[in-house]
Amino acid sequence: MRLKRKDILAIEELDRDELEMILSSAQSFKEVSERDIKKVPTLRGRTIINLFYEPSTRTRTAFEIAGKRMSADVINISASVSSVKKGETLKDTAKNLEAMRPDCIVVRHCSAGTAHMLAGLLSCSVINAGDGAHEHPTQALLDIFTIRERLGRVEGLKVLIVGDILHSRVARSNIWGLRNLGAEVTVCGPPTMIPPHIERLGCSVAYHVDDAIADADVIMMLRIQLERQRATLFPSLREYARCWGLSAERLKKAKKDVLIMHPGPVNRGVELSPEVVDGPWSVILEQVTNGVAVRMALFYLLLGDIKED
Amino acid sequence: MERVALRGGRVVDPSQDVDDLYDIFIMGGRIASIKPSEEKAPVGEGWLEYDCKGLVVAPGFVDLHTHLREPGEEYKETIRTGTLAAATGGFTTILCMANTTPPNDCEALTRLIKKKAAEEGTVKVHPVGAVTRGLLGRELTDMAELKEAGCVAVSDDGRAVMNTSVMRRALEYAKGLELTLISHCEDLHLKEDGVMNEGFEATRLGLKGIPAQAESIMIAREIELCELTCSRVHIAHVSTRRGVQLIRDAKRRGVNITAEVTPHHLLLTDTQVGYDTDFKMNPPLRSREDVEALREALKDGTIDCIATDHAPHSSIEKDVEFDMAKDGVVGLETAFGVLMRLVHQGVFTLKELVGFLSTQPAGVMGLKCGSLSVGSPADIVVIDTEREWTVEPEAFRSLGRNTPFKGWTLKGKVVKTLVDGRVVHEEE
Ligand SMILES: [Zn+2]
Repeated sequence: MRLKRKDILAIEELDRDELEMILSSAQSFKEVSERDIKKVPTLRGRTIINLFYEPSTRTRTAFEIAGKRMSADVINISASVSSVKKGETLKDTAKNLEAMRPDCIVVRHCSAGTAHMLAGLLSCSVINAGDGAHEHPTQALLDIFTIRERLGRVEGLKVLIVGDILHSRVARSNIWGLRNLGAEVTVCGPPTMIPPHIERLGCSVAYHVDDAIADADVIMMLRIQLERQRATLFPSLREYARCWGLSAERLKKAKKDVLIMHPGPVNRGVELSPEVVDGPWSVILEQVTNGVAVRMALFYLLLGDIKED
Repeated sequence: MERVALRGGRVVDPSQDVDDLYDIFIMGGRIASIKPSEEKAPVGEGWLEYDCKGLVVAPGFVDLHTHLREPGEEYKETIRTGTLAAATGGFTTILCMANTTPPNDCEALTRLIKKKAAEEGTVKVHPVGAVTRGLLGRELTDMAELKEAGCVAVSDDGRAVMNTSVMRRALEYAKGLELTLISHCEDLHLKEDGVMNEGFEATRLGLKGIPAQAESIMIAREIELCELTCSRVHIAHVSTRRGVQLIRDAKRRGVNITAEVTPHHLLLTDTQVGYDTDFKMNPPLRSREDVEALREALKDGTIDCIATDHAPHSSIEKDVEFDMAKDGVVGLETAFGVLMRLVHQGVFTLKELVGFLSTQPAGVMGLKCGSLSVGSPADIVVIDTEREWTVEPEAFRSLGRNTPFKGWTLKGKVVKTLVDGRVVHEEE
């Protein structure tokens, strides 16, 4: 089994069969992490480079562990974005890394489109680990995997995504993936953080969390970034938490068995109150566990030997 | 004295409302006479004769908006290469914007540009001086001196004058000197760090949008200031339907306002951007609705002319992440060819297009060109409207390769360009 593509750049580009293939493959790789000896020889001799232009603990570590459990050699590079004419360009960095013959480059960057740019330049596989406000495909895959594992399906579910949709690559990737698999998606946040024409991605828009949570099967909370306050997108963290944060009190309006998700890292007391983060609704740590399985599946489907089974 | 005859061409000259077969006779760099081809008017010895049968002969094009990058960024373009590119595209007169390094905000710079253009240039170059010193939007430049040194207009193009009071004084002061102020309309606060048109495409791509209102708010401001000060303004590169509506209403009220539009804003939309930095310019490519409104505005005279906003950059500025890439595309060598698409599609007639590119821009700036009337300088283009060619950036005379039209197959090419009766460009 193998994906008929070189790169994973955006959920938008994946069809339903590809999504299913990745999710079912992740299911079988999840078992590897439960073993006593958490390693399979599948990718021996393969080299994976994690090229991260933005700080990340969770995503980078998950990619690293995923590669290592498959026996690939994984190298981490933390790079900083250089302005024009100062330092090495992204293109030069990528070309230099390619000259060392990696099989896959995992890239995270603050500019939308960088994964596409690298994919066009390089002959090795490129996996987008988050590009600006564009997409974060592996996050959406692990989110969808978690939903499916917990609720047994995606089709027909009502998913509410709350927070800074405007700047969120997690939201965009999830909207594409969830819609493709038949879920209904509503995005919710202050109007300053709802990007224009987002409904053309097939989701609906709500401004009031209390109205929107009632019939949700899944609520995804997005991380709020402090610098957005300076950009006048919201007045204060206090008011944000009050209007768009989830507390146990507010959750009384939701379904009893609603799933609460968060891509992390959580601002406790802002998006989620501590009792919600640690409460029975929360699947935040399962998301992290599944993040390894999903990335193992992607490495396998992009880099594994072509042996039809 | 050089004597040249252009024989048998279809002469299209909107300035005289002419579209028929004529022979054009040039003496001393000026149009000496025009006679119907069928007269087969004889010439004496020493005449250089060009057979223009099957070709169109029109006034040389006039571009009110180019960036020649010299002085300061000669790796992007020089006065020599920029004017060669102009000649190749049929432009015989160009205005070059003030945002060089240092900016053209004083007499010495203007004289330097004029001198270089005279020595190394292929076509006529008219510098545009800065409105404010250093393009900083604070103090006015010495506009009288700039004018005396050869500036035909003033503009802080590339950066809007955000202080409304400074703009008011600039318009008033320029009025007294009969200098046209060209305004680059963009509310920088509203734009923030936007990199493409605000809309579904920007949302899908995760790129920060620039709303149409960043342009229209400033167009509205300039109109209000013109009315306040009884002065005149020329709006650079209009890109939005909302901007067009404001200009149309202002013209109806008798406000002294003119406007230009670029070929790329007439041909392309934001759905074509992807992450290709050759589609990144300022103002950004807009929606299909905006494109339709811009075409309509040219047809009904709301927009007066077409200008290229030729903005060469090197791979250093363009071969980078989309939001870090500099704004701008080259346009001098592709303008006519891509605009001919609109003629072939029946959007404009050839005569209208020639007017947008020559007679009308000349009129906007009060330049003595853009006409084939007797006595005019013999700035002429000869066009093969049927000639097919493919846009190959590597073949450009411009140093810039940053074109969104790469690979386009076009029908219609300038095959000969004359400046003051001298052939400065000729296709094989
Ligand atoms: Zn401009």
